[in-house]
Amino acid sequence: MAETFYELIRRQGVSRRSFMKFCSLTATSLGLAPAYASQIANAMESKPRTPVVWLNGLECTCCSESFIRSGHPLVSDVVLSMLSLDYSHVLMASAGYQAEEILHDIRAEHKGNYILAVEGNPPLNEGGMYCIVGGRPFVEQLKEMAADAKAIIAWGSCASNGCVQAAAPNPTKATPIHKVIRDKPIIKVPGCPPIAEVMTGVISYMLTFDRVPPLDRLGRPQMFYGQRIHDKCYRRPHFDAGQFAEEWDDDGSRKGYCLYKMGCRGPTTYNACSTVRWNGGVSFPIQSGHGCIGCSEEEFWDNGPFYDRLAKVNTPLGAEANADEIGTAAAGAVGVAVAAHVGLTALKRARDKSAANGAGAGPEGQ
Amino acid sequence: MVDIAAPGNAKAEADKKEFRKPSAEAKAGFLSDIVATSTETVSPAGKVFVYEGPLRLWHWVNAGLIVVLCVTGYFIAKPPPSLPGEASDHFLLGNIRMVHFAAGQLLAVAFLGRIYWAFVGNDHARQIFLLPVWSGKWWREVLFELKWYGFLEPTPKKYIGHNPMAQLAMFTLFVVPVTLQILTGFALYAEGQGTDSWWFAVFGWVFGVFGDNSFAVHTYHHLFMWVIVVFSIVHIYAAVREDIMSRQSLISTMVSGWRYFKDDKE
Repeated sequence: MAETFYELIRRQGVSRRSFMKFCSLTATSLGLAPAYASQIANAMESKPRTPVVWLNGLECTCCSESFIRSGHPLVSDVVLSMLSLDYSHVLMASAGYQAEEILHDIRAEHKGNYILAVEGNPPLNEGGMYCIVGGRPFVEQLKEMAADAKAIIAWGSCASNGCVQAAAPNPTKATPIHKVIRDKPIIKVPGCPPIAEVMTGVISYMLTFDRVPPLDRLGRPQMFYGQRIHDKCYRRPHFDAGQFAEEWDDDGSRKGYCLYKMGCRGPTTYNACSTVRWNGGVSFPIQSGHGCIGCSEEEFWDNGPFYDRLAKVNTPLGAEANADEIGTAAAGAVGVAVAAHVGLTALKRARDKSAANGAGAGPEGQ
Repeated sequence: MVDIAAPGNAKAEADKKEFRKPSAEAKAGFLSDIVATSTETVSPAGKVFVYEGPLRLWHWVNAGLIVVLCVTGYFIAKPPPSLPGEASDHFLLGNIRMVHFAAGQLLAVAFLGRIYWAFVGNDHARQIFLLPVWSGKWWREVLFELKWYGFLEPTPKKYIGHNPMAQLAMFTLFVVPVTLQILTGFALYAEGQGTDSWWFAVFGWVFGVFGDNSFAVHTYHHLFMWVIVVFSIVHIYAAVREDIMSRQSLISTMVSGWRYFKDDKE
C-alpha cells in the first residue's frame, strides 16, 4: 500500500505537533468546526496519498507561483508531500521522455483515481497548435489525462474562465476547461492567481473527505467563493456611509475610504481576498490602497477599464463608450429630435393658421 | 356608440360598460379583440371612458417610482461627495440604496398588479402588453401615425385607446425594458442578499443570461435605464403634443379616465 501523508512527513522530520497545527489551520481555513481538525488528522494518517497530475497549458505560471507560497511555512512542504504531486512542469526534476513517461504510468496505475489539476487552458484554433506540450497540442494531452481522472481542478482564471488569452478577440480561441471536458466533475478555483491558502484548502478538503467540496452554480467551492470581496471588505462601512476616495492621493485615499469611485470591483467579485488575504494573511489589494480588479470574474480583461465602474462597450458606430455615455448620447439625440419636432410643428401650425386666415387666397390645404 | 354624454349621468355609466368590449363583431376572440382595440377609431365628438381607476393609479405611481429609481440609481453609480467625520456617523449611501431597493420592489409589485389588471380590466388595459403584429391593418395604422408625425398627413385620426405607434413604443420602449430592469435589478439585489438567499435562488439565473458576468449585468442595468429615459422623453412630448395637436384629450384622460374628442368630423 502506498505511503500515507503522515508517514511521509514524519519521515521527513516534521513533528507531530507541527502536523496537528497544520490540521487545525486547514480546518479553520475551510470554515469547519474544531472537531474536524481531528478528522483531517485521521484522514492524513490513514489514507494513501492521492496522486495529482498538474498540467500546464496556455498560462503564465502565476498559479504555481502562488501555490508554492502557501502562507504557513509548513503548508507548502506539507501540501507538496501530501499530494504526491507526480507530474508538474514547474516542480518536477525529470524532463523530456522521462517526464512524459510518468503521465503514461499514472494513467495505467491509478486509472480513475488521480486528481487532474490544470493550470492554464487549451487554445483550440489551428488544431491547438498555439500551445505545444511534449511535442503535441496541449488539448490532446488534456483530453487524454482527463479521460481517466477522478476529478479535475481548474486552477486560476485561465482554466476557469479563459483570462487574458481569451480576452476579445481571442485569436487563439483559448477555451476554459469546462468547455472542453464535459464528462468529469470540475472544480473551478478562479483568480489570477488564486490565493495560495484557497488552493491548498480545496485540495485538503478533497483528500480529507474524499469528495468534491460544495460548489456554487458556476462550479466554484462555496467556502471561498460564496461571498463578494465587498461583503467582507473592511472598508465597507465607508461605502455605506458614503465616504469615498476620489483620487489616488486625496484625503479620502489617505484615510482609507472606500475605493468604489476608483473602479474597485469588490461589489462584483466573488473571492476570499477580504477574509483569507494574501501572503500569509498580510494584506490584500484593497488594504494596500488599490481597488480590486475582479481577477476571479468572468471576462475580467474585457470588463475594463479597471479604474471605472462601467465597462467600455463597442458601439454599433465602432467607437468605444460606456453605458452612460451611450445613454446620454441617445437621450440627447432624442431631446434634440423632439426640440426640432416642436419647431416644425409650430411652423406648420403657423402656416395652417395663415392659410386659414387668408381663405381662398392660397392653394387649399397646401 | 360614442354619444355625447354629460358626466355622471346614466348614459355615461352605460358607455363605461359598453366600452368593455369594442364591438359586437370583434367578440370573435381574444386576439381579434386586440386588433380591434388597437386600431379602433371613432368619428363623432364626445367622450368615452377609457382608463379605469387602478390603471390610472398605476400609471402615476409607476411614473413617480421611475423618477425615484433614476435619481437614486444615479447616486448609487456616482455617489455624492464624501461626508466628513467617522463612518459610524453616517449611512448616506446605505439609505440611498435602501430607497432604490424599496422603490424597485414597489415598481415590481405595481407592475405585477398592472399585468393582473390586463386580465381583469377593460380591453385598453391589455393594449401595451400585446402587439397585433400579425395584423396588416395594424401595421398600416402604425405607418399612418408615422406619417402624421413626419408631417406627411394633414389630419390625425381619432383613437379611443393608444394609437398603434404609441402602442408599439409602449411595448418595445417601456414594457420590455422595465421587465429587463426588474430582472437585472433583482439579480443584483440578490447578490447583496448573498448567494445562499432565496433571492439568489429565484434570480441567480439572470447572470447566466449575461455570461455569468455580474459586471455586465450592471452595464445592462444602466443601458435599460437609458431606454426608459428615452421613452419618457418621447412619451411626455407625444402626450403634450397630441393633447394640443390631435383631436382627442391625452393627459387629462390619464387623470380622469375619460377621453374627450374635440370635433365630430370623420
